[in-house]
Amino acid sequence: MSLLEVEGVTKHFGGLAAVSGVDLRVDEGEVVGLIGPNGAGKTTLFNLLSGALKPNSGAVRFRGEDITGLKPHQICRKGLARTFQSVKVFGGMSVSQNVLVGVVFGDRSRMSAKQTGEEVARLLEFVGLSAVGGVPAKDLTLANQKRVEVARALASKPELLLIDELMAGLNPTEVAQAMDLVAAIGERGTTVLIIEHVMKAIMGICGRIIVFHHGEKIAEGTPQEIATSRTVIEVYLGE
Amino acid sequence: MRTGRVSWVGLRTPVLWLVLLVAMGTLSLYASAYTVIMVANILLYVILTMSWVLFSAPTGYISLATAAFFGVGIYTAAILGEQLPLPLVILTAGLASFCLAALVGALTLRLKGVYFAFFTFGLVELIKHLLLWYEVNVTGVRGRFVVFADNVTIYYVILGILVILLLTSYLIRRSRIGLALQSIGEGEDAAAHIGINVSAVKTIVFALSAVFVGAAGAAMATRWTYVDPYMAFDYLYSFTAVAMAVFGGLGRFEGPILGAVVFAFLRELLITRFPYVYMLVMGSVLVVTILYLPQGLVQLAQMSPWRRSRGNREPA
Repeated sequence: MSLLEVEGVTKHFGGLAAVSGVDLRVDEGEVVGLIGPNGAGKTTLFNLLSGALKPNSGAVRFRGEDITGLKPHQICRKGLARTFQSVKVFGGMSVSQNVLVGVVFGDRSRMSAKQTGEEVARLLEFVGLSAVGGVPAKDLTLANQKRVEVARALASKPELLLIDELMAGLNPTEVAQAMDLVAAIGERGTTVLIIEHVMKAIMGICGRIIVFHHGEKIAEGTPQEIATSRTVIEVYLGE
Repeated sequence: MRTGRVSWVGLRTPVLWLVLLVAMGTLSLYASAYTVIMVANILLYVILTMSWVLFSAPTGYISLATAAFFGVGIYTAAILGEQLPLPLVILTAGLASFCLAALVGALTLRLKGVYFAFFTFGLVELIKHLLLWYEVNVTGVRGRFVVFADNVTIYYVILGILVILLLTSYLIRRSRIGLALQSIGEGEDAAAHIGINVSAVKTIVFALSAVFVGAAGAAMATRWTYVDPYMAFDYLYSFTAVAMAVFGGLGRFEGPILGAVVFAFLRELLITRFPYVYMLVMGSVLVVTILYLPQGLVQLAQMSPWRRSRGNREPA
């Protein structure tokens, strides 16, 4: 049994099939990349997995349990957390409060106030934001706001973390740091499904890559296989 | 643990609050009958304002339903006043407002921004006209008489409702629910995706905030002796609550309280002493406040000529 199983999932927006008949699975402990041109349906797939959208047809199973059509908060509490492509930190709240919300509401184990505080500190340390815990999240750089989102999502102790474009808009140094962060999350034992446009990054950190185009899965394989696949090259570079 | 974007400086001096409570609690012993009535009226506006703040300030959902809940309270007193003792009437009124708000909340809290404001505004008019239709066509009356209660009793009932409301607000802001409300105000999608049951939290707190408005309506109705739908469902109560909260300042817990007290007192003073320039002065005060104190009256307390109101923050 895979951790995440997606079967024939389809989502239409009006006449447009944003995601059509997608099958995929993610096994425990994997770091899987999801790539494809703009508008390929990657973020829509994340929205379907996390409960932001309901599929028109198909099923999503998490740890063998059908989670299709559940509300976002229910899916989060089952251990499937996400970050957002357009950053959605709680700007007016401090960085540690952002993470605190994740610990208080996402984590299924009830903790004492002291344990909660320690958990927040540990997560800030992990993403490298200990020094700015008291700063309002809106005052951080984009790279650091994305880290806040990662820490907030990790606060719910997810078994599967969906990361939507961690590296878009970051400078080369920040990209390298973000790659280290994703690798560290994988080493913690959290399974990761990551959408990314920065090829160097995705090739470096993922064990397996899935390619989307026009709402369909067109290729899947190791970074090596994807890099040399004719279909993928055609999609990205044209014929 | 500080969960609010507000600071709790005011409540670090609980002695001040205690002195205030004792002074209010013994008011009828040393103040004139007129003062008791006037203070009850001011406290009524503090209740309307703080109930509005309880839900709308952290979430950013601008509710204009205050008048609807207030009217439900008034009509509960008008209908049940003869059959039930006053405490039961007030409890029933609170419960009726709770049920209405829970229903409305469950149906409409998915509406955002101006749509929610419009719906809640429409709710006041809808209930008013439904009631009017019912009264004219079914009961054959236009207004109703309300059983009278004496002014001192009403004053203490209003004070009691206010104390419970303030305690509730304070506890909620420090609780998990307060944190959830604030997250919802900051970003509803993100809040839902980290495990907050957004619809449940919004509906419950919205309904809870209506309890106090309904209860206050039932208490005040007994002073008016006669009510009709136009008086009971007067949408000015909705706007006044919002105006008072903004006038006082939403950034601090004490802000809306201060706003409601100053606003209500000023109104009372102007209506009784300077009825001809009442509206003119009221309007000018509001305009000047918003222009020069955009964070409300509480900004006065924070102002000092040599200090910037923004603290020194380390760049991230």
